[in-house]
Amino acid sequence: MCGIVGIYLKTKKYEKHLGKFLSGMLDGMATRGPDSAGFAIYTKENKNIFKYSICLNELKEKDFKKKISKFIKKIKLTNYADHIILETNEKPSKILDLLKKEIPEVSLVGYGKSINIFKQTGNPKDVVKKFKLSSFSGTHGIGHTRMATESAITTQGSHPYSTSEDECLVHNGSLSNHNNVRRSLIKDGQNFNSENDTEVAAGYISNQISKGKDLEKTLKNSLKDLDGFYTFIAGTKDGFALLRDEIACKPAVVAETKDYVAVASEFQAMAHLPNVNSAKIFEPKPGVVYHW
Amino acid sequence: MNFDLNKKTLREVNQYLQNVDRKKNTRKFEILNPQGQHAICAGLKDDIDVTIKGHTGYYCAGMNQKANVTIHGNVGTGVAENMMSGKIIVKGNASQSAGATGHGGALIIEGDASSRCGISMKGIDIIVKGSVGHMSAFMAQKGNLVIMGDADADLGDSIYEAKIFVKGKVKSLGADCVEKKMDKKNIDELTKLFKKLNISEDPKKFKRYGSSRNLYNFKIDNVGAY
Repeated sequence: MCGIVGIYLKTKKYEKHLGKFLSGMLDGMATRGPDSAGFAIYTKENKNIFKYSICLNELKEKDFKKKISKFIKKIKLTNYADHIILETNEKPSKILDLLKKEIPEVSLVGYGKSINIFKQTGNPKDVVKKFKLSSFSGTHGIGHTRMATESAITTQGSHPYSTSEDECLVHNGSLSNHNNVRRSLIKDGQNFNSENDTEVAAGYISNQISKGKDLEKTLKNSLKDLDGFYTFIAGTKDGFALLRDEIACKPAVVAETKDYVAVASEFQAMAHLPNVNSAKIFEPKPGVVYHW
Repeated sequence: MNFDLNKKTLREVNQYLQNVDRKKNTRKFEILNPQGQHAICAGLKDDIDVTIKGHTGYYCAGMNQKANVTIHGNVGTGVAENMMSGKIIVKGNASQSAGATGHGGALIIEGDASSRCGISMKGIDIIVKGSVGHMSAFMAQKGNLVIMGDADADLGDSIYEAKIFVKGKVKSLGADCVEKKMDKKNIDELTKLFKKLNISEDPKKFKRYGSSRNLYNFKIDNVGAY
């Protein structure tokens, strides 16, 4: 089943409440996905600082600090349960390599100048509390509640999937040709960390964008290249895009006010948002890319 | 009588409405703060009036018998699904599969309806004042689907004997669905339906679509496949 949510703030009015809004939306979708949850929240960029969202797995925070400090000096670490946000001006090419070679026991969840990304197994209600989502402010965010189907209930199997700088994807549905697409993307230099179908879709999007295509065109192409049924929300630094496959058996509803645009699998996930009852509410059409 | 879904559980409210005391004269009910909950007013079976103030989730007023339910908001998937009789009015937009498998009664959607509106309908009358999404009236068997706006792709795919009337544009027709002549009999039928449901529209402005009945029987040309 799975539930997906997204909220984009059109004005600055609710920036401080973004985490609280997104947290409530994930809570509301716990019924569609009780196995795991995750979210990406986009906050303001800080010049040349990159943020790396890292899942520590079994490693203790202080041990991670010790290990990473051997290689880079100027860092800021913020701990959220078993995740840590590492801030540094070191470029991704260096950090990604460093983590892989020197601290392989942790897993990188995502990175970029704006994105903070967290995901973990467990009921969404507990996951959002654990990562203190309500305390975050920001410009936009997307989230996912998972009812596992084609791969195991693990952190790696949880959404969102981030395969490139400041990009991530949440997905409700399943893809039937993901093994084929994964094989051709690996040949093209894309890396994958799981057997999950959504990671393939995320990799597909990153791959196309790295070739200079924009997000809208990429999603349009995915209608042809990705076989299966899906509602996607793809997040970038500037906003997010929404696409339903052409059969459209996976739900989505959009509510738009002068202050925000919210997307969710079901309306009940946004019933707590301010002025939602007077929002413009519509169902996105199949095969049409919407972006904000 | 009012029910506030912030204060009462959905189950309490539904059970009350499903078992109204017929000796009492209370026949009008209002539901506040629906918050997109699923199955609000499902399974009502008495001649009562319910007004829902706000947006509802899936299967609102499903399996309805006799009751009149008005929703001042949007509805989720499968509003009035499998309804038998009564009248459901949606003031906003409806999500997918509105009126699915409905056997009777009337569903009036004042906004747009999404994909597969009237899928497998079996006698219900569905009036959509806006437009409908793709694959509407898919395998529709009986009843009328009247669309004032436009219809998206594959309208009436694999349709049986339901009738579709469209005032706006049809993007494309599904398998075995064809445009049919709008004769006096059809105009009279539609006039009667509009009158019954208090709708002021000119039936002559509608085009009629239905089954060409080519999928009804085994095609003898295919016998060689066995």
